[in-house]
Amino acid sequence: MSKKQKKNYRLGYDAASQVQLHGMMFPGAVLVVLFNIIPLFGLILAFKNYKVTDGIMGIFTSPWYGFQNFKIIFSNHDFSRMLVNTLGINLIGQLITIPLTIFLALLINEVRAARFKAAVQTVTYMPHFVSWVVFGGIVINLLDADGGVINNILTSLHILEEPKVFMADPNSFWAIAIVSNIVKEIGWGTILYTAAIAGVDQELYEAAEIDGAKRWRKMWYITLPGIKGTIVIMLIFAVAGILNNNFDQIYVLQNAFNMERSEVIDTYIYKVGLQQLQFGVAAAINIFKSVLALILLLSANKISNKLTDSGLF
Amino acid sequence: MHSTLYSKHEKHFQAFLCLILFLVMLVTVYPMWYSFINSLDSAKDIAQNGYTPLFIRDFTFESWATVLNDPEIIRAFLTTLGRTVAVTILQTLITAMFAYGFSRPNLRARRIYSTLGFLSMYLNGGVIAYFILFNTMGLYDNFLVYIIPCLFGGFYNVIIYNANFKSIPESLFESAKMDGASEVRIFFQIVMPLSRPVITALGIFTAVGMWNDYTQTLYYTRSSELQTLSYYTLSLSKSAQSAANLASTMTGTSASSVITAMADASSNYKTIELACMVISAIPLIVMYPFAQKYFEKGVMVGSVKG
Repeated sequence: MSKKQKKNYRLGYDAASQVQLHGMMFPGAVLVVLFNIIPLFGLILAFKNYKVTDGIMGIFTSPWYGFQNFKIIFSNHDFSRMLVNTLGINLIGQLITIPLTIFLALLINEVRAARFKAAVQTVTYMPHFVSWVVFGGIVINLLDADGGVINNILTSLHILEEPKVFMADPNSFWAIAIVSNIVKEIGWGTILYTAAIAGVDQELYEAAEIDGAKRWRKMWYITLPGIKGTIVIMLIFAVAGILNNNFDQIYVLQNAFNMERSEVIDTYIYKVGLQQLQFGVAAAINIFKSVLALILLLSANKISNKLTDSGLF
Repeated sequence: MHSTLYSKHEKHFQAFLCLILFLVMLVTVYPMWYSFINSLDSAKDIAQNGYTPLFIRDFTFESWATVLNDPEIIRAFLTTLGRTVAVTILQTLITAMFAYGFSRPNLRARRIYSTLGFLSMYLNGGVIAYFILFNTMGLYDNFLVYIIPCLFGGFYNVIIYNANFKSIPESLFESAKMDGASEVRIFFQIVMPLSRPVITALGIFTAVGMWNDYTQTLYYTRSSELQTLSYYTLSLSKSAQSAANLASTMTGTSASSVITAMADASSNYKTIELACMVISAIPLIVMYPFAQKYFEKGVMVGSVKG
């Protein structure tokens, strides 16, 4: 750095500039402290015997409860069912969704007609912006036993003998959740991969063409390794989020009849915490979830650093 | 390249590819088309012949009119609109200002902010903590619960803004500083105009998120005056669903007139519910074509690096 440049940089270090910069950051910082940092004290509730009437200071003054709240959760036999539902929907869902999304991105990338390519992207991104209230509501209407189009098709093809009440059948719930999520989000999911594919060095393809490589070989040996970094990051996020369901989606699709397969950790926290007002228990589940998520994030990151030399951090 | 240069094999492949992608497009669009045509079909026709699969069979504007004439829905619409506009403008401004400060190399004590950011990204107090906090602050069951807690866009957005602001040539800042421009002025007159695409993209995502959100209503409000459009649609859909489930689980056990009436009522419900869903999605569908070109700016491409 030359002397002149150094002097220029000095320009921003005067008191007025610093006051202005910190002043501009002040509203954001206050909001973070208020709505992200202070709520962290709520985690203490997991170890407290807190009553709803105790107020905010009750978080500190209510009697300690040890691991009693955790014992209540783990002795509840609904808990293992919820855990299975959460893991089932997420694991099976991601195992199907991630490869399918990458495959779709690769296909979109092969399209030569620019207009058609743009049309595919425009159309498939759209459902992402529609709320789960609307999209889930449509799914329910599509699956309606009383004249819904899916039942009509399945019965006319004799796959089903008579219309099935899908929404009241617990065993259909995982499939409904996974498939509806794929239809809604697969197009939007390709946006990251498409951008990553665009960043792959074009000379590699030219070199491969000279060597006579066919389309699928180029995809396999150039494109996929080229977007490895993006894939790894998406996998790490998927692993870390394995206990997070999409509450917006599940709550819309859930009903009293399919509860056995549709109750997941996030909907349970809502019920126990905000409907039954068992704050300590809800906080304990939240801690259980956060700790596990952090462990998963760190180990997924470590494994990927070892195996692929790339990770989130 | 000119299309005549493609080999025969390539032409076949392109045709096949287009066919597959066309099917993908059909599958993604169909649910929305289905809700649209059925919301404009008569309840009687749907009760008799089932949902219409492809085209409107018996056009009627009745369900739409029912929805649009309901004062409760109009209020929910206004609540949602007010919230969406207020949060989008204020959140964009507050978050972009924060990110600007964060992106400047001459910011002192940056460590404080990055610590706050790290904590807020990886830890979460959960709904219970918010419930208690909002109660204490008087935000519970108050319209402001839709606005105040949403005023900061979160650190993921800061990271995206940060990456974009950093791509502005440093010499621009230097010359502005030499000319005596203040930091505030640099932000509003240089950084904001140059960052219009990313600001638009993130603003759109915020607006969509606010428009679609129903959990804030579900968790932190009680009175029906505070219902948002999403929440209203949800409760309509929930009651329609339970009516339908009840009717179908009871079919076959008896042929009582109650069940027939229920089925009738539920199919009337169906078209109204669908109309409500379609109407609540219309603003998004309308803004979509204008917004689309900015999307890629708003995703984390290049912002997260290993």
